[in-house]
Amino acid sequence: MSELDAVPAWAALPIAFLLILGGIIVVVGALGLMRLPNFYQRIHGPAITITLGAGCLLIASMIFFTVLRSRPVIHELVITLFVLMTAPVVAMLIMRAAVYRDLRANKGESGVTEGGVYELPRQEKGDE
Amino acid sequence: MSALLGFAILFAFGCVMLAMAFCTVRLLIGPSAQDRVLALDTLWMCSMLLAIVLGIRHNSQVYFEMAMLIALVGFASTMALVKFLMRGEIIE
Repeated sequence: MSELDAVPAWAALPIAFLLILGGIIVVVGALGLMRLPNFYQRIHGPAITITLGAGCLLIASMIFFTVLRSRPVIHELVITLFVLMTAPVVAMLIMRAAVYRDLRANKGESGVTEGGVYELPRQEKGDE
Repeated sequence: MSALLGFAILFAFGCVMLAMAFCTVRLLIGPSAQDRVLALDTLWMCSMLLAIVLGIRHNSQVYFEMAMLIALVGFASTMALVKFLMRGEIIE
């Protein structure tokens, strides 16, 4: 690892700190995805992984390449912007699909109601 | 100081791999289909982060394009799976 010797100490410290912090945050998010009991609680785990963990690792990558190439390397901002824009959209769509499926299957233990938002087929409700 | 940086890169590697193992567990045992879709989406994001850390480790900019493509394809595939969950399946 000869390239790592070229990184000065004032840049190596924040890079290492951001890498370790990002790794811990990613593990915490994935642990929440694995351990939480309910789907509606489980969807909050990956949000931490996607926003904070990815943000820390991408900022560390930006500092690393900027110091090593001696010019501003900021094209990781493209990934950051894309991920920050699409993560809420994906989370909202998965949540809508989950609520819709729970309503269709008549599983009311999660406390979801139609609320005038979802239009279910009438013949399924008439069976009971 | 390069020893600290090497340790941090290895630590980030281990953390992202551990997160991918957790997501694989949820993908295998997930009781419902939306759990599996959520785990697959998180697995895409973790593989993108793995490409970023690999780029730092090997001091190469090629991994940036790889991470970008993984993010794009992951978003498209998750969107397709969510559409399938909402429309394409008959539940009981």
